[in-house]
Amino acid sequence: MANVSRSPWLLHYDGSSCNGCDIEVLACLTPVYDAERFGVVNTGNPMHADILLITGGINSQNASVVEQIYNQMPNPKVVCAVGTCACTGGVFKECYNIKGGADTVIPVDIYVPGCAARPQSIIDGIVQAVALFQKKHEEMKSEKK
Amino acid sequence: MNLIPFLICFPFVVAIFMYLIRNNKIRNGVAYASLVVIMATVVWLLVDFISHGAQGTPILIENELTELVILIAEVGLMFLVVYQCFVHRKYLISLLSIVQTLLIIWVEHFGPEISETPQMLLDRLSVLMIVIVAFIGGMITIYAVGYMHGYHHYHTEFPDRRYYFFALIFVFLGAMFGLVLSKSMLWMDFFWEVTSICSFLLIGYTKTDEAIENSFRALWMNLLGGLMLAIGITVSAFQIGVVDLQTIVEYGLTIPIVCFAFAALTKSAQLPFSRWLLGAMVAPTPSSALLHSATMVKAGVYLLFRLSPALAGTMTGTMVSFIGGLTFFLASLLAISKSDAKAVLAYSTISNLGLIVACAGVGMPETIWAAIYLLIFHAVSKAMMFQDVGAVENSLHSRNIENMQGLIYRLPRLTFIMLIGIAGMYLAPFGMLIAKWAAFKAFVDASNPLLIIFIAFGSATTMFYWTKWMAKIIGPPRVDTPLRDVTKKNEYASLYIHAVIMVVICLLCVPMSKFVVLPIEESLIGSATMTLDSADIMVMVILLIAIVVLPFVCYFGTKKHKRKHVISYMNGVNAGDNKNFIDSFGEEKQLYTANWYMVDYLGENKLLTPCIILSAGVLIIMMCLIIGGAV
Amino acid sequence: MATKQFIFVLLYIVCAPFIGGFLDGVDRKVSARMQGRKGPSVFQPFYDVIKLFQKEPLVVKRSQTFLVMTYLLFMVITGGLFFAGMDLLLCFFSLTTCAMFLVLAASFTHSPYASVGCQRELVQMMAYEPMVLLTAVGFYVATGTFYVKDIIGMDMSAIVYLPGVFIGFLFILTIKMRKSPFDLSTAHHAHQEIVRGVTQEMVGSNLALIHLAEWYETVFLLGVVAMFFVNSNPVSYVAALIVVLLAYFLEILIDNVSARVNWKVLLVSTWVVTLVAGGVNLTILVLMHR
Repeated sequence: MANVSRSPWLLHYDGSSCNGCDIEVLACLTPVYDAERFGVVNTGNPMHADILLITGGINSQNASVVEQIYNQMPNPKVVCAVGTCACTGGVFKECYNIKGGADTVIPVDIYVPGCAARPQSIIDGIVQAVALFQKKHEEMKSEKK
Repeated sequence: MNLIPFLICFPFVVAIFMYLIRNNKIRNGVAYASLVVIMATVVWLLVDFISHGAQGTPILIENELTELVILIAEVGLMFLVVYQCFVHRKYLISLLSIVQTLLIIWVEHFGPEISETPQMLLDRLSVLMIVIVAFIGGMITIYAVGYMHGYHHYHTEFPDRRYYFFALIFVFLGAMFGLVLSKSMLWMDFFWEVTSICSFLLIGYTKTDEAIENSFRALWMNLLGGLMLAIGITVSAFQIGVVDLQTIVEYGLTIPIVCFAFAALTKSAQLPFSRWLLGAMVAPTPSSALLHSATMVKAGVYLLFRLSPALAGTMTGTMVSFIGGLTFFLASLLAISKSDAKAVLAYSTISNLGLIVACAGVGMPETIWAAIYLLIFHAVSKAMMFQDVGAVENSLHSRNIENMQGLIYRLPRLTFIMLIGIAGMYLAPFGMLIAKWAAFKAFVDASNPLLIIFIAFGSATTMFYWTKWMAKIIGPPRVDTPLRDVTKKNEYASLYIHAVIMVVICLLCVPMSKFVVLPIEESLIGSATMTLDSADIMVMVILLIAIVVLPFVCYFGTKKHKRKHVISYMNGVNAGDNKNFIDSFGEEKQLYTANWYMVDYLGENKLLTPCIILSAGVLIIMMCLIIGGAV
Repeated sequence: MATKQFIFVLLYIVCAPFIGGFLDGVDRKVSARMQGRKGPSVFQPFYDVIKLFQKEPLVVKRSQTFLVMTYLLFMVITGGLFFAGMDLLLCFFSLTTCAMFLVLAASFTHSPYASVGCQRELVQMMAYEPMVLLTAVGFYVATGTFYVKDIIGMDMSAIVYLPGVFIGFLFILTIKMRKSPFDLSTAHHAHQEIVRGVTQEMVGSNLALIHLAEWYETVFLLGVVAMFFVNSNPVSYVAALIVVLLAYFLEILIDNVSARVNWKVLLVSTWVVTLVAGGVNLTILVLMHR
C-alpha cells in the first residue's frame, strides 16, 4: 500500500469569510509555521488537490461553486472546514443569504473551530486530514480489490 | 525532342478551347483529358530524359514563325496591359509594360548583333520543374474543377466566368513550361511576362474593388521585375552580344546578373515586394495554390538557382541571401498576427521562399542541396495546405483560424490532411527541418553569422504560428452543430495524392536526396555534397518512427484505461459543461477562448511598413553599390 | 563504442528520473532554507509523484492522456539521443517537437486557464528557441561537429570558445526550468489558477507523467551545460559536474530573489541576450574561423 500521507496538497476555498481565517491559513505556509515540511502544497486547482480547506460560511451564491469544486477533486479527498463560520455558519448563521456551514452542501470530514482559527489548530486539522486521507486511500484500494 | 514544343503549345491550345466551351460538363471533361495528356507527355519526357543518361540537351528552334508569334504575342500582351491600365486609370503601370516591351523588341531587332544560340535547354533542373508544374499544377487544376463548382454555388454575387478561369490556368501552365525550359533570356522574358499577366488577371477574377486593387499591385511589382529582366538582357546584349542565360552566368556579368536577381526577388515575393502575394489571396483558392505558392513563385527561385554559380561569394549573392534571410524572419514574425488561414499560408510561403532564396544566394553545394530539397517539399506541402484550406472554407464558410476550433471533430478528413501539412512545415524530422538543418551547417561553412541568426530567430517565430494553429484545430469544438463536408471527390483525390506524396517525400528523404537532389545539384554547380551522413539519418529515422508511431501507440494503449470525465476548471462557475459559464450577473455565457495574435505589436499596420522600408533601403543601397562597382 | 553509447542511454533512461527528482527535492529544500523555513524532505517530489499515480484517474478530455504520454516518451527519446552522442541540432529540434506535444496536450481542452498557459508557453518557446539553436551552431563552429560524442572528445573545452553562448544558455535555462522571473506558462510554486497554466487540466497520473518528463528534461538540459566543459581529459568531468551543480544553484537563487515579469520583458530580454551574448560570440567565432 503506497503511503500517500506524505504529500497532502491543499486547495483553499474562501466562502463568505471575513478573511480572518484566510490570513491564518496562509500564515501556516509562512516560515514561522512552515506547513510545507509535511509536504503541503497550496495548489490553486481542485484537480490537483487532496484536501479542501473551506473558510467562511456557505451562501446562496457560492453553494454551487463549492459543490462543483468538490466534484472536480479526484478521490481520495478530504474536506476540512476551518473556522467557526465554515463549521456552523458562525455569527452570520441567521443572515438572509447564509445557508450555514460547509456541511450544508458537501460532506465535511474535519472541523477546525476558532474565530479566527489559530494556525496551530489549522495545522492540527491538516495533520488529522492527512491521516484520514491515507485511510480513505487504503479503503479505495481495498474496494478496488 | 518534338515533345517540348508540344508540351509548351498544347496548354495554350487547350486554353482556347476552355474559353470557347461554355458547357461546364464538357469543359471539365476536356480539362481532365488535357491534363492526362500533359502528365503523360511529362512522364514520357522524363523516361526519355533518364534513358538518355539525364544529360542537359540544348534545343535550337530555327523557325522564323516562332519568333514572329512571340513578337506578336509580346505586343499583344503590352496592349492588353495598357488597355487594362487605362480602363482602371492606372496609367503609370502601363508605362512599365511599354518600356519593357519596346526595349526587348528594340534589342531583338534593331540592337547589337546577337549570336544565334539554342533557345531552350532540357536539363535536370528544368525536368524537375516540369514535373512539379505538370503534376502539382495538374492536380490543383483537377481540384479547381470541383472547387469552382462549390465556389460559384455559394458566391452567387460573382459572375460565373469559369471558362475564363480555366483558360487562364492552362495559359499559365504553358507559360511555366516555357519559362523553365528557356535558355535564351529573350524567351524567358516573354514567358515571364505571360505568367505575370496571368496572375494579374486571376487575382482580379472576382472584379471586386479589393481584387482589382490587389491585382494591379501584383501587376506593377511583377512588371517591375520584368523591366529589370529586360534591362539585364539589353546590357548583356551590348556587353557580350549574347542573351543566353548559361553564357551570362559563365561570364559572371555583374549588371545583368544583379538585374535578373532583382527580377527573381520580385517574382518570389521577397521583401519589399511581398505585398503582391498577400493581396493575391483574394483570388479563388486554386489560383492561390497554383500561382502564388506551388508554382509561380517558384519561377523566381528557379532563376536564382540558375544564377547561383555566379552568385556564390559575390556582392550580388550577399544581397540576395541577406534579403532572403531577412524575409524568412520578418515574414514569419508577421504571420503571427494573422488569423486568416490563407494569410498565414501566404506569409509562410514568403518566409519559406526567403529561406530558399537565402540558400540560393549563398550558392554553396550544401545550401543548393537544402534549397532544392525545400523547393520540392514546399511545392507539395503548400499546394496541399492551400487546397485543404479552400475545401474547409467551402464547408465552414470561413477561413478564420478562430472558427476552426475543434475542426478535427467536425471535418475529420480535411483536418487530418491539415495536420500532416502543418507537421511537415516545422516539426522534427520532416522535410522542412532537414532543409533547415542543412542550411545551418552550410551557413556556418559559408561564414555567414547573420544568416544563422536570421534562421534561428525565424525558426522560433515559425514555430509559434504553426503550433498555435495546430492547437486550435484539435480538441473539442466550440459549437456542436454538425458540419456537412461538401468537398467533392475530385478535390479529395487531389488532396489525398498530395498527402501521400508528402509523406513519401518525408519517408524517402535519403533516396530522394541521392537520386533527385544531388544529380540536379551536380548539373547546376558542378559538384555535389551529401550533407546527411549515416548517423544523422539514423537519428532522423528514429525521430520519424517516434513521431509517427508513439502517438498511435499511446492512443491505443490508453484507450482502454477507465477514466472518469470531469468538467474543466473555471473557478467553479461552469454551467454544467466545458462550454458555458455563469457570469457575475448570474447569467449563462458561452466561453470563447482565442489564440494570441499580438496584433498590437506584430500587426501588419505596425510592422509591415517598417519592414518594407528597411528591406527596400537595403536593396537599393546594395544595388547602387553593385552597379556602381561594376560600371 | 556502440556498447558504451547503449550503456549511457540505458543509464539516462533509468537514472534520469531519480536524478531529476532528487534535484527537484534539493531545489525545494534549498529554497525553503533561503526563505528561513525547514522545508520538505529532499525526497518530497517522489512522494508527490507516487501519490499522484494513486489518485483516481479523471480526465477533462480523454485524448489528453495520450498526448501527455507522447510528450514524456518523446522527452526520453530526445535525452536518449543526446546521451547516445548524436547530433545536437537534431536533439534540439526534437526538443521543440516535445514542447509542442505539451502545448497540444494542454490546449486540448480549450479551457480558459489552460489556453492562457498554452499561449504563454508558446511565447516562452519563441523566446528561448533562437538561443537553443545558436547553442548548437556555436558548438559546431567551435568544434567542427554537431555530434555530442565528438564534441566531448575534443582536447579543449568548448567554453573557451563559447563564453557568450554559455551565458545565453544559462539565461534561457531559467525559462526552460520554469523558474521565476520567467515562469509564465506554469510555475512550481505560488499556486494560482493562471500560473498553473498548461498543467491546469491534468489530473493524477497525467500530472505525474508531466513531472517525470520535467525530470528527464532537467537532466538533459544539465547535460548540455556539462557539455560546455567536458573534454577528453577525465578531470574535466569533475569540473563539469561542479559547474552543473553551481548552475543549478544559480537557478534556484534567481528563482528566489526575483519576481515574475510580464511576457514582453521575457521576450525582449531573452532576444536581446541571445543577440548580444550568443550572436556576438558566434559572429566573432565565425569570422575568426574564416
